[in-house]
Amino acid sequence: MQYIDPHIHMVSRTTDDYARMAQAGCVAITEPAFWAGYDRSSPQGFYDYFRQLTDTEPKRAAQFGIEHYTWLCINPKEAEDLALAKDVLALIPDFLDQPNVLGIGEIGLNKNSRNELKVLEDHIALADATESLILVHTPHLEDKRKGTRLIMDAVERNGNIKPSRVLIDHVEEHTVKDVLDRGFWCGMTLYPDSKCTPQRAADILEMFGTERIWINSAGDWGNSDPLAVPKCHVEMLRRGHTAETIQKISLDNPRTFLGQSPRFNAK
Amino acid sequence: MSEFAGTCPLTRTQVIDQYFMEHRAKLLDLAAFLDRIERGQPDEIADPRDDFRIAQLLDATKVLDDGQGERARRVLEVFSDPTEQPLESAAGLKGASGAWAGHPTG
Ligand SMILES: [Zn+2]
Repeated sequence: MQYIDPHIHMVSRTTDDYARMAQAGCVAITEPAFWAGYDRSSPQGFYDYFRQLTDTEPKRAAQFGIEHYTWLCINPKEAEDLALAKDVLALIPDFLDQPNVLGIGEIGLNKNSRNELKVLEDHIALADATESLILVHTPHLEDKRKGTRLIMDAVERNGNIKPSRVLIDHVEEHTVKDVLDRGFWCGMTLYPDSKCTPQRAADILEMFGTERIWINSAGDWGNSDPLAVPKCHVEMLRRGHTAETIQKISLDNPRTFLGQSPRFNAK
Repeated sequence: MSEFAGTCPLTRTQVIDQYFMEHRAKLLDLAAFLDRIERGQPDEIADPRDDFRIAQLLDATKVLDDGQGERARRVLEVFSDPTEQPLESAAGLKGASGAWAGHPTG
């Protein structure tokens, strides 16, 4: 079954993962800029990362017939340093015209601090000025519910950005309803320990429907699974959900949201 | 039951048949984990509830059998930071522990 994994960090994954994803039906991925597991020592570190995301990684993906798209930002875990964030933000406009760049992401909050919020607001302003889509990372675990609300408030404060152009990722049972009610798109991340299991993601789809929602693996350098999306499809099939429902959340919905960017080829 | 009644396509018996063993095992893991804390070498934790994470874990188990629905949402809310104002600074903070450090212990 063909699918899109709309959130996965392939710079941290092997070519074997690309091969297995292609075999499982993956036709396209989108890769947001994120934390590398350590703090970069300078803006130059981000410049090189953005080159990797816009030049190297699409070529790797193409070897397996997978289309590669990306999102750029300084992630919230490195956003406490306002001077660094300012320098990195200044680098982004030069990359926004690259053919695989869909917008600004994954921006958001980590510990819900004032500096993180300031850098988030600066990213939202950049997305507004450049008419870019936004992919949002919501905080982990105990910080998620509070952070999700602060993020949605910040987008709404900007005033110019339609919620239909913002995807709020990593929703769980305690945030999904708020996000949908306020008009945003939402993503469910399938992780072995934190975030959603395939079973809980299927539960959430059953409870909240299949409009403005997708699933992703967020595979990265940590405990994660680049095949989590097709595994969730198997869970849905064994409950009696149809292939049409699966296509809706893993192909049609990503195409609808991402297709708002002129650079996404929604074939 | 709630607004979500009937949203899973399986019958209730099918749900139990399909998932019981997996969740029986998870409950045993939790029980053994709590035993393991008590069998650990003595330190400032006199009772597992002295740790804010375990205090919330045990509070969350009360949600399971209170006869109300939406247990997953309510368990997540037990572990969530209930405050609304941004933190003054995240300097030196990166990760999350899975439970809110301000929760009462003991
Ligand atoms: Zn991510």
